[in-house]
Amino acid sequence: MIRTLLVATALCCTMPALAKTITVEAGADAQEKLQEALILAEPGDVVELGAGTFTLTDGLSLDVDQVTVRGQGMDKSILSFAGQLGAGEGLLVTSDDVVLRDFAVEDSKGDGIKSKGADRIVYHAIRVEWTGGPKASNGAYGIYPVEASDILVQDSIVRGASDAGIYVGQSKNIIVRRNTAIENVAGIEIENSFDAEVTENLVTENTGGILVFDLPNLPQMGGHNVLVARNAIINNNTDNFAPEGNIVASVPAGTGVMVMANRNVQVVENAMINNGTSNVMVVAYTQSFDDPNYDPTPRDVYIANNVYGRAGFAPDFEGGQQLAAAFGGALPGVFYDGLGKGLIVNDAVSVLNLGLTKVGQSPAEAKPTLHEQKGKGETVALSPIVLPASMEAALK
Amino acid sequence: MRTLIAAIAICVAGFAVSAAPTAPVVDAVITAKGMPKKLSDFGFFTDAAGWKPNKGVELYQLNSALFTDYAEKYRYIYVPAGQRAVADGDGLLQFPVGSALIKSFGYEIDGKDRLLETRVLLHRADGWIALPYVWNAEQTEATLKVAGKRIPVRFTDPSGESRDISYAVPNKNQCKECHSLSGEVMPIGPKSRNLSHDTLDMLLSNAMLEQKSGSHPPVADYDDAAMPLESRARAYLDINCAHCHNRQGSASNSGLFLTYEEESPVHLGVGKRPVAAGRGSGGFEFAIAPGNPDESIMMHRLKSLESGVAMPEVGRSLVHAEGAALLSKWIAEMEKE
Repeated sequence: MIRTLLVATALCCTMPALAKTITVEAGADAQEKLQEALILAEPGDVVELGAGTFTLTDGLSLDVDQVTVRGQGMDKSILSFAGQLGAGEGLLVTSDDVVLRDFAVEDSKGDGIKSKGADRIVYHAIRVEWTGGPKASNGAYGIYPVEASDILVQDSIVRGASDAGIYVGQSKNIIVRRNTAIENVAGIEIENSFDAEVTENLVTENTGGILVFDLPNLPQMGGHNVLVARNAIINNNTDNFAPEGNIVASVPAGTGVMVMANRNVQVVENAMINNGTSNVMVVAYTQSFDDPNYDPTPRDVYIANNVYGRAGFAPDFEGGQQLAAAFGGALPGVFYDGLGKGLIVNDAVSVLNLGLTKVGQSPAEAKPTLHEQKGKGETVALSPIVLPASMEAALK
Repeated sequence: MRTLIAAIAICVAGFAVSAAPTAPVVDAVITAKGMPKKLSDFGFFTDAAGWKPNKGVELYQLNSALFTDYAEKYRYIYVPAGQRAVADGDGLLQFPVGSALIKSFGYEIDGKDRLLETRVLLHRADGWIALPYVWNAEQTEATLKVAGKRIPVRFTDPSGESRDISYAVPNKNQCKECHSLSGEVMPIGPKSRNLSHDTLDMLLSNAMLEQKSGSHPPVADYDDAAMPLESRARAYLDINCAHCHNRQGSASNSGLFLTYEEESPVHLGVGKRPVAAGRGSGGFEFAIAPGNPDESIMMHRLKSLESGVAMPEVGRSLVHAEGAALLSKWIAEMEKE
């Protein structure tokens, strides 16, 4: 009898009907208390962070499905990792259906918040910041979902990442919406991912604003179907402070949008202003690689209905100044290396075509011309990304 | 009631010394849901200090072991009476439900062996669960610490140098970060190829193991200088790195795969550029630059103590000088491209 009762109780506990809120306040033993709450939480529970600064000594992690971690606001509940001794990130999430909202992660030694294999994750009104401003010693990624399906990052702020502020890698079905990325090497980066929308973000004072990349030798390759729309991509001229060796270390300062080795990418209805190298770059992956399954070229990139401000006045690559001089002092607003296929630019903007014919060819062999396009090109609109209703509901 | 139980426990421990029958391992505690508060709840040891394994709990040895700040490790295997583990075609051991792997960590401190923590991996009907238990100062009980703990330790390392470290007992999630295969908790060490010859003999003769098919060439002991350099280096990577750096592991997204079976040079790191290394790259281009260990990201991260750079990410606050020297030599002897 007792055993039956115990079993019944155990079953009930896994049901969200009995969901509870576990409140953790800042103060002594924050590390143990918060980590314990994150471990003992059950599906459906809310781990609520009090107001104040939580001083943490190690990385935190969450591995329970259907848990919400909620603070009192991105400027009120602050997880400070300035004294972190171990782990590769501030907070690591490895479970599904998790909602992170209304708190900040500051000064983590590695990445800010990483979620790996965490499907249907929502990041809402989160702040990840390296408070000393842009430095090579800052962690790599701010908000870092990887290897997952259904990702929503909204109304969040990321500052100071030495790689990408918001980085989505090797994932599917992604919305990055209405965030602010400031003073990172890359503001927002979508890498080796399928079906993504990057919309209505403010991306400013980064080295590069929005990057859509694909890299070789990874479990998921062949990035495609990415919409970059209705973003303000302004004044991304911060000197590149990424540690050498990382792919973003090769991104020129003054890059607005950069599409590299991807297929079916649409850059539409953005305001791209004052990016010193180029407002939009469409290029191949130029480094050597050994991977027969990897296509390094850009294919079917569609650029239309954008608003263009000044660009190309300070090209940050070798020979850039001479090239700019040849075009009357500034490079055209769109920069294309000439590789791949299917570039369409329907905007009233000049397009520089380097005229490269081979991937990895030296820029010294470039035959730069203005890209000619007869009339308007046509494309098929990308299907809108639809996320499970539970995810959109979590924003309320 | 509690007093009575405690009294019984003391009696049991007392009898153990006089070789009287002791209470067996409590199978129900291994398999039941929940997280037992005390290590003694399992009955893995007959003494309060956790040195004397109970009947059916067998000490075992690996060929190559994970480096954990020079801690001494004591590994035990428990398989429920009448059952046995099966070594499958790949040499992985399939344990029956109710099995447990127990690992105590300690140092010789002031001339005495002291335990800091004991980690248990329990095989339950719904999979494995990993739990960390921390020993008290009196060495009379280890208590569950799901959130982990940092313990200041002073000890003398193999080279004779005195070390002061902040020893990190992993939290329950960190246990899983390393023991994760496709998101499920799995044992790491006990593969046929990595069990010592004596351990395999012991398990077979105790009828705790059944070997299904062919033999698996043993992994080299990376400390054994008589073994080929390549075998030693690959053994080191396999046991120290590959629990995360494999296609189903926590570092699957890195594309750096360091298992013993990996055949692709680029996935092993040769000429492989970093993906998400950040400042972990140290400004270098490749995980392994053949012939050039000093410009290999792998060496940079192995030799670093800085959080966010150091690899492995957990379980190490010291550089494993001997391991770093081994891998450095391995990379130095690779042909430059």
